Formats: sequence, C-alpha cells, structure tokens
Amino acid sequence: MAVSIAVIGKDNAPLYMWVAPGRDELNLQFLSHTALDIIQEKVSPANRAPTDSRELYLGLLYASEEYKIFGYMTNTKIKLVIITDASNTTLRDNEIRMMFRRLHNAYTSAVCNPFYSPGDPLISKKFEASVGALVSGN
Amino acid sequence: MTKLAEDVIFDFLHMEAVKYMYDQCSNEKHSEDDATSKLEHMGYSTGYRLADRLSRESLRFNDELDLLKYVCKVVWSAVYRKEVDNLRTNHQGFYVLHDNAFRFFTSMSRSKQYLEQAPKYLALPCGVVRGALANLGVQCVVTAEVTTLPACKFQVQVQRA
Repeated sequence: MAVSIAVIGKDNAPLYMWVAPGRDELNLQFLSHTALDIIQEKVSPANRAPTDSRELYLGLLYASEEYKIFGYMTNTKIKLVIITDASNTTLRDNEIRMMFRRLHNAYTSAVCNPFYSPGDPLISKKFEASVGALVSGN
Repeated sequence: MTKLAEDVIFDFLHMEAVKYMYDQCSNEKHSEDDATSKLEHMGYSTGYRLADRLSRESLRFNDELDLLKYVCKVVWSAVYRKEVDNLRTNHQGFYVLHDNAFRFFTSMSRSKQYLEQAPKYLALPCGVVRGALANLGVQCVVTAEVTTLPACKFQVQVQRA
C-alpha cells in the first residue's frame, strides 16, 4: 500500500517518518518535505477557492512518475503526508482519506501521553503499532 | 443545574489542585504568584493537548473569530458542560467571553463572602483557554475578572507578531 508516511510538526520539523522496507528513504523524506510547500499553498486563505470544503484532507498534492503524494493538515497545523506508488490504482481517494483519519486518531492518542511533550519526535510503540496496522491494510 | 457524577470528579480535583498550590504559599519560598502561574501552566498544557483531540472532527477554521467561537462552543462544552453565554470583540484582536454561571462558581455562595477567593479558581481556566488557542495557532494573553458570583469574564488579547 503506502510507501511512506510522515508526520510533520507545526514548525515543519519532522516528528515521525515511516518508510516501507527496501525503499530509498532519503528520496522519500525529500519528497514528503517538498510536499509542505504545496500544503502551505493549499491552506493559505489568500488563494482559497470559494468552493473550498475546508476539509482537513487536502487530496492529491502532486504525482511524479514514481509516486503519488497525498496531504492532510490538522487544525493544530500538524501535517500528515502519505506517499503511494503511482502504479497503485487500487487505492481510492476514500481509502486514503480513511488512512489519514486513522493516522490522525493515532496521533491525537499519542499526544495524550503525559510523558510526550508536544513538538518532540514521536517515539511510541503504540503509535508505531497503529502505523504498522495502517500500512498492512487492516 | 444537575451535575453528573463524572463531572463532580473534575470539580473536586480542581478544588484540591487550587488548595494544594495555595497551601504551599504559607512558607516563604513560594508566593501566591508562583501558585497562580503553576496553575496557569497546568491549564495551558491541558488546553494544548485538549485542542488536538477536540478539533479532530471539525473543519478548517476560516479566521480568528471562527476559532474563538469554536473555543466558546466546543472547548467550553467539553470542560464546563455549557457554552459561553456571550462573546464580544472589537475586531482588533481583543475578545471578551462572558460566562453567566461559571462552573467552578456555581457551588459558591452568591454573596460577597468569597469574592476575594474567587480569582484563585480562574488561573487554571485561563490557562486552558490560552493553551487551546496557542495550539490552534493564536498566541494570546488571557486574563479573567469576576465582579459578581457566579458570573465571570475572560479577556483574550491576541499577540500579533
């Protein structure tokens, strides 16, 4: 399914990054951070279309020959980025939306951990397990 | 107003937190200001984390006023089981939130007897508002005022960069 999942904080610092085994991690990291510019553009009030649904899910940010990059930004300015293979046509928009939703839920649960201070990198077995369940598709 | 058992727990916990903090002021090392700022900080981190969770299902906010309305409705209902009664603004980053029956004051006498003590119970709520707004992207200073129990008002002054 997904090739890479990234959670990026308020100040654009990476909080969490998951890359499918055997993939070029550096390149994927680079791609998910490139996506931040597009997220910024999409949510900026200046160029928001009047028909904008104000949904947290931002849809397909861009597609390269190899990958498709999807974005999501929470109300607290946490950015979630999911990268999938461009050749993967079985994943529909709705499924991606569901994945983001679950990722967001996992993130909010992680924040409720009293030993986690907001803004720090996410080091949590529970969060990792939720991401694991997400990418294995169950 | 009827209270559910689970709500009462929060009331008791808050009462004890306030009591504990101000009891420590009796020795010289701590002043009342320390207690107030500690309580405010407790509220801040609570509000900060709460905002992440509560705003999960809501749509993206249009502007600052939209955000303040959200705090008045959703955060207030989550913490105090009621909404803010009145929200006023000068449209220049200053907001006043009126609550005519603030939860922590509803069980106090309505006379002037406890008026002096009442502000102690507003430090944590101020922090909650400030924390929630900070996480949602608005840096502000929150102060509270009480003139007649059980009503109180919160003033939010947004800090522009």
